Amino acid sequence: MQRQVALIKQSLFDQGYLDEQFIELEELQDDANPNFVEEVATLYFKDSARLISNIEQALERGSFDFNRLDNYMHQFKGSSTSIGASKVKTECTMFREYCRVGNAEGFLTIPYLRRVQMFEDFQATEERARNVEKEA
Amino acid sequence: MGMVRESQFHVLAVDDSQLDRKMIERLLQKSSCQVTTVDSGSKALEFLGLRESNDPNSLETHQQEVEINLIITDYCMPGMTGYDLLKKVKESAAFRSIPVVIMSSENVPARISRCLEEGAEEFFLKPVKLADVTKLKPHMMKTKLKKEGEKVAEEENATSKPEESLVVEMILPLNQELELEQQEPMLSSNKRKAMEEVISADRSRPKYNDITTSV
Repeated sequence: MQRQVALIKQSLFDQGYLDEQFIELEELQDDANPNFVEEVATLYFKDSARLISNIEQALERGSFDFNRLDNYMHQFKGSSTSIGASKVKTECTMFREYCRVGNAEGFLTIPYLRRVQMFEDFQATEERARNVEKEA
Repeated sequence: MGMVRESQFHVLAVDDSQLDRKMIERLLQKSSCQVTTVDSGSKALEFLGLRESNDPNSLETHQQEVEINLIITDYCMPGMTGYDLLKKVKESAAFRSIPVVIMSSENVPARISRCLEEGAEEFFLKPVKLADVTKLKPHMMKTKLKKEGEKVAEEENATSKPEESLVVEMILPLNQELELEQQEPMLSSNKRKAMEEVISADRSRPKYNDITTSV
């Protein structure tokens, strides 16, 4: 069983999901603090669930409040960095770049496909809003 | 006669992220420090005993709760940033001697210089590592030695023993010499670390260990 866990852990490193920061975490665990890594991981999952939910809600509303999205991503990137979740950290960085670009230069520099997707989302939201109005 | 008591250093850590608070607390404990964590700059000031009076421009010093040897704070926090906290501490007559260290997940040279200019001792890029925390000991030692020296000097003046106060005066310059030696390489290596994100293999400087054990 322990060997299986060790193998899974190794593959997470090999595939770039975890980086050396995770090892730093493990080194902070000792006899006096035997559950440190588990406690930190629990905090991380709590944090990330909350942030992802906030981000999804913001996007669903068709709300492209880039400052807010960027803020969520900043927090998410922060905790991912602290725990050594390398791939997540990279994704957050990329997402933040889109947010930054969206803010400064409008949609023009966001990759075309992404723009199309956003436009379709806007249209769908408008559609829904109009239907609601009709209903009222 | 200027001996440092073996009591632990007490660090005040400020970060709005619960995860990061847990991290920094563990790092500091691992370095044998006593730690108090708070989640905002205003709570940090409250803990120190600094509270705003009716005049928002001046901070009254109420009874100081605990002796703090170092403040380590996150830069990006809602409300009062780490920089704002740094300024408030350095503007306060009672607490400006407490060394302040800033942490940030973002490598922004302008931000780093601004903090160092405002009086921050160090600027750490997150994730903060054990090797970084080891660098803090000399800063805390410096303040403690100074306080010890001042205390002894006061006592000496009261009893007027000139030969003993000479000993105190000898210890302080020694410490300042060490401080001068350390500050230049530390500043440049810290900036190098921040601006180029060079992870040097030998982060913990054996020099510091010598200083802490010998004094």
